[in-house]
Amino acid sequence: MEPLLDIRDLSVEFATPRGKVKALRRIDLTVRPGRIVGIVGESGCGKSTLVSAVMGLLAGNAQVTSGSIAFEGRQLRDLPEPAWRDIRGRRLAMVFQDPMTSLNPVISIATQMIDIQHRDDASRGDKLKKAIAWLAKVGIADPEQRIEDYPHRFSGGMRQRIAIAMALLMNPALLIADEPTTALDVTLEAQIIHLIKQLRSEFDGAILFVSHNLGLIAEICDEVVVMYAGEVVEHAEIRRLFHSPSHPYTQLLLTCDPARIESEERTLPTIGGTVPDLAHLPGGCIFAARCPEAFERCRAEAPGTYRVADGHSVRCFLHADD
Amino acid sequence: MTTADAALATPLPAERAWLIVVRRLLADPLGTLGLTIVVLLVISALSADWLATHDPFELAPRQRMQDPSPDHWLGTDQLGRDVFSRVIYGGRIALWVSLTAVSLSLFGGLVLGMLAGYGPRWLDNALVLLFDSVRSFPTIMFALAMVTLLGPSLGTIITVIVVASIPVYGRIVRIQTLSLKETEFVLAERALGAGPIRVLFSHILPNVIGPLLILASMEIPVVITIEAGLSFLGLGVRPPTPTWGSILQEGYQYIRDTPWLVIAGGLPLILTTLGFTFLGEALRDAFDPKLNRP
Repeated sequence: MEPLLDIRDLSVEFATPRGKVKALRRIDLTVRPGRIVGIVGESGCGKSTLVSAVMGLLAGNAQVTSGSIAFEGRQLRDLPEPAWRDIRGRRLAMVFQDPMTSLNPVISIATQMIDIQHRDDASRGDKLKKAIAWLAKVGIADPEQRIEDYPHRFSGGMRQRIAIAMALLMNPALLIADEPTTALDVTLEAQIIHLIKQLRSEFDGAILFVSHNLGLIAEICDEVVVMYAGEVVEHAEIRRLFHSPSHPYTQLLLTCDPARIESEERTLPTIGGTVPDLAHLPGGCIFAARCPEAFERCRAEAPGTYRVADGHSVRCFLHADD
Repeated sequence: MTTADAALATPLPAERAWLIVVRRLLADPLGTLGLTIVVLLVISALSADWLATHDPFELAPRQRMQDPSPDHWLGTDQLGRDVFSRVIYGGRIALWVSLTAVSLSLFGGLVLGMLAGYGPRWLDNALVLLFDSVRSFPTIMFALAMVTLLGPSLGTIITVIVVASIPVYGRIVRIQTLSLKETEFVLAERALGAGPIRVLFSHILPNVIGPLLILASMEIPVVITIEAGLSFLGLGVRPPTPTWGSILQEGYQYIRDTPWLVIAGGLPLILTTLGFTFLGEALRDAFDPKLNRP
């Protein structure tokens, strides 16, 4: 099947006073229609930068230095801004992390939801009806009344539901959810995840789900991409990743997940060492300094991407075929 | 169902927010006083033609420097003109100048401030330099230069005030725009396909306009005093036109014999300034959600 989103060899650099920070390096990522792809990794590993690059919303000091981003067969890299705006909202939409700040506080929900339909020729009344229908779908009670309210009258969970409704309003082909539940408590998190799963039947697009929570990823994703310090280290179907993780980082990440620890322990396991400085990268494998299985070759040269099984690739010399 | 649940379950229309502001305003005695003074001033300016007992330009050399009497409520000036009528018409000028100047500089500051805050870096630098140069130039020197060039008139006064106060609004709008453009809701709007114009007008403008209107209501008395000051110095409106500043200036020469002339020109100036200041401060408090009063 033709991929919906096809990222090849993408590198992004940030110009900072300390020098060039290589935030993303040689990223490969494919999202096929109708799939939910998870991106997992610790803070600062480049998850959000990757998502911003796909949305064309990179910060002013960021620069795409190599690679391509193809979306629906169209090249997004170096696309002029007006063409971007045509894609954003209609074909690509995004739900942000913090629902308390992602809605404009001084405009009613109705106005905001009508405003984002500005590319449609429908009448204001039809746009309002469509907005109300979506509010109902995401589980806002009494949407005809509530749509006239301002964001401060809604709780965090309800605001995230509204943000999801706004993102899906234009029926995008790809929904990007950037840690949509991180700012919510556990009960609401479960509700929002349930909602996203349920909405899969309402909307036939794909979802790119960014999270640092492995449990959530396991819950809703079809396949997972594991990122570390700006690189994709492993890509696999969800079951394969959890049952036979191939990259040492993924293996360590799974042993550190509190939900998977069965014995009673006084201290939680952690991965020793720290993430390397992205402005002064070490030669060789990015994870070599923290890797328990590193050998000479890991410190000498950077590993390529090796195929472990169908749809399962890993960037590690342990699986090298050369 | 508890009362709190009941309160939450009843949907409140959006207009309630304005009712809350009005209620807070009226709960503040100084705010009520300010509002009363401003409303009275507006009524007297609008109905000056009916309120004035005499023609403010009518000269009556035989009736110069008269004391207040039933015919001339505030007496007459050195040309025999009725002071009460001149004060009423002066209020019209003061209000006209201040409202025009404030709304023009508000508009100018809004446009330039949003351009500086949202536009490219070089434009921001250029506009900030412009704002700072205008602010560093003494207003009175600027007024003198403008009057010398264009001649004293209402238009010159308004131009001077607008140019001098655009940076006040422009700076505030710029700072607000700079911080608003980094907020997640603006990013979210851009992620849903909004272009710069839509972001500025649909999202940044509604967030900026509230504080700006409060600033404007507090700028009105400043503008009225600037206009009076320029008129007092003879740089303002041309002589036959009655303004509070020119009434003060003319009366100033006769302050030993006929002090009511100065009082008649000065008292409305003080009252108006106080009225707008009280109203502006009360509005600021009423709109401030952090002052959580009933």
